[in-house]
Amino acid sequence: MEGFPISSNGARPATLAEPSAPPGLSGRGLLRFTTAGSVDDGKSTLIGRLLVDSRQVADDQLAQVEEASRRRSMDGALDLSLLTDGLRAEREQGITIDVAYRYFTTQRRFILADVPGHREYTRNMVTGASTADLSIVLVDVHRGVVEQSRRHAYITSLLGIPHLVVAVNKMDLVDYDQAAFASVVDTFEEFAAGLPVADRLFIPVSALHGDNVVARSERMPWYDGPTLLEHLEQVELSHEHPERVSARLPVQWIIRAPNGEPNVNHRGYAGQLASGVLRTGEEVVLTPSGRRTRIARIETSDGPIEEAVAPQSVSVVLEDDLDVGRGEMISRVDDPPTVAAELEADVCWMSVHPLEAGRRYLIKNSTRTVSALVAEVVHCMDIHTLRPVPDSSSLELNDIGRVRLRTTAPLAFDTYRANRGTGSFILIDETSNDTVAAGMIVGAPAPAQP
Amino acid sequence: MSVAVRRQLSHLDSLESESIHIMREVAAELERPVLLFSGGKDSAVLLRLAEKAFRPGRFPFPIMHVDTGHNFPEVIEFRDRRVAELGERLIIASVQDSIDRGRAVEETGPRATRNRLQTVTLLDAIAEHGFDAAFGGARRDEERARAKERVFSFRDEFGQWDPRAQRPEVWNLYNGRVRPGEHVRVFPLSNWTELDVWEYIAREDLDLPPIYFAHERDVFQRDGMLYAHSPFVALANGEVPFREWVRYRTVGDMTCTGGVRSRATTLAEVVAEIAATRITERGETRADDRFSEAAMEDRKKMGYF
Repeated sequence: MEGFPISSNGARPATLAEPSAPPGLSGRGLLRFTTAGSVDDGKSTLIGRLLVDSRQVADDQLAQVEEASRRRSMDGALDLSLLTDGLRAEREQGITIDVAYRYFTTQRRFILADVPGHREYTRNMVTGASTADLSIVLVDVHRGVVEQSRRHAYITSLLGIPHLVVAVNKMDLVDYDQAAFASVVDTFEEFAAGLPVADRLFIPVSALHGDNVVARSERMPWYDGPTLLEHLEQVELSHEHPERVSARLPVQWIIRAPNGEPNVNHRGYAGQLASGVLRTGEEVVLTPSGRRTRIARIETSDGPIEEAVAPQSVSVVLEDDLDVGRGEMISRVDDPPTVAAELEADVCWMSVHPLEAGRRYLIKNSTRTVSALVAEVVHCMDIHTLRPVPDSSSLELNDIGRVRLRTTAPLAFDTYRANRGTGSFILIDETSNDTVAAGMIVGAPAPAQP
Repeated sequence: MSVAVRRQLSHLDSLESESIHIMREVAAELERPVLLFSGGKDSAVLLRLAEKAFRPGRFPFPIMHVDTGHNFPEVIEFRDRRVAELGERLIIASVQDSIDRGRAVEETGPRATRNRLQTVTLLDAIAEHGFDAAFGGARRDEERARAKERVFSFRDEFGQWDPRAQRPEVWNLYNGRVRPGEHVRVFPLSNWTELDVWEYIAREDLDLPPIYFAHERDVFQRDGMLYAHSPFVALANGEVPFREWVRYRTVGDMTCTGGVRSRATTLAEVVAEIAATRITERGETRADDRFSEAAMEDRKKMGYF
């Protein structure tokens, strides 16, 4: 059938050839991805299959799993899901408690945030998805697109993950039938078409038997797209083009030379580029203070460099000695972030104590932490219908909603849509010190009065 | 204009930048951090990352070694050499002192180890110095419980890790806020693999204790591992020391760290062997993880590294 794989922007990288890269920089780098779903979808089996078939499981780990499989199951068949069960409490209860991180390497380096589906679902999903560039949503072809699949896709889009893979699993149960696959694709596309995920790919797989996970399936000749691993290896990430994004360097720390050393006046503004490229000699503005100057030098411990590229950690020496520190953001003068003390944002609420209008929290955005007041709960998302419910006054654990915040001092930010680094924040409860929300800035309200 | 040149950091550069960011966040947000130094390769990488994060300034924290008294002498020499080169402050917290003061009780028998006693010494030292953050070199690829631990891992006033009450950790917005008596363990190498560490050591040409390279020593076989013959380990019946070429993949006490047969005497040869290995470093060389399926999980809950 034509039309698979589906890519809504129609642009699939045609070639894997790498352009010549400057020293220290190379081609396809680290891919951070996330998988979410429940045991029933075969998620653990899929991950186990991915790791085992790409020979990423060490012999002693595999032996441990073989032994545990023999002890726990009647038939002693290798239970691939045991590979990813971490804690004793989880094995005893047959559930997964927390996000687990896995590392593997084929032609590319991968970091997988494996998110459980059972408990505290949204909170875990957001934790795993926040740093991911690609999200795998599992759909059991037998059960079709269920509410949880929609929720996965919604959170993927909310968290701004640019690449979504829908792994249509258990194809063995439907006799590798193309029509069954196509039906899932149609249902999924019906609602996902409205989500701003640029790149969607559907892959028919059988995690149990390994079809289209690492090896190409001979039982589905009608599918001519990549296998899951091929896609993971080939997908091109947007941050491979940092020059297309605004330069943002949040100042973390000021480096000063110790007394008595020759460069005693050294003052380095140290931080990790959240996005973009900064060059020596560029005119920059520090926000929210608004001070302007030029970049005199960009330093790394390996010596000065001409340009810094996200996500590099660097230290910048400015031409003028400004009395500013942590919490400022360095940007190009012609491309500054928004500076405001009021903002609207989508938040995922992660605390058992509900968010309510009128409450105060600490907000940490980039390297700046100030107090914030919840001015208004604009709406709460109905997680079943994925529609906003207005007139909500609070957000409960695992709710997602939109709020308006006022801060005690201005923040320098972008919208999350434009910049995941500078458009994100956390809220901290000052009494318990817990992280209670993950927030994505939608915008700053226009000034109310002329 | 057009053709955008793809600029992307190599995976080692990405990991390095992430780790430096983590270390600077701790320095900026916590009052009294400390860097835990074990003398192993991960510690060596941590020290290099601290240089990259804070030079030409001084480290905004001291370095602390929990000395079990059963270390490989080569490791102690390495520790003192590196600290002297760096010109930074070293604190030594001694397990022997904890035993002498009655805070910890020595195990006995051929399998006696001070591995678990370290936790007492560590927590006492953290309390004594009022540390609110402690950097460790642990990696998530090491072990299943560690795979689920946060980069900023909150510890209550008893130093305990509660896997069910971990703070959500989103983006790179770390929350290190603690009350007096509590602290965070911070793991800048969380996302590194063993091979990443070795490739980084090779790239940065880092100094290491010589036991990481193949050398001849007296060893004996126990549980399929080759232990160093030393005054700290009593031989059990039938255990006979013999001479063998070995190197170590991890550095713990002489009582619980096994060597692997190897002729790899250079960094390049070691990296090549690690890249080709089919066994994890803890599975191959650490008796302390073999107590039970959940050995690490149990020790972490008690406040272990």
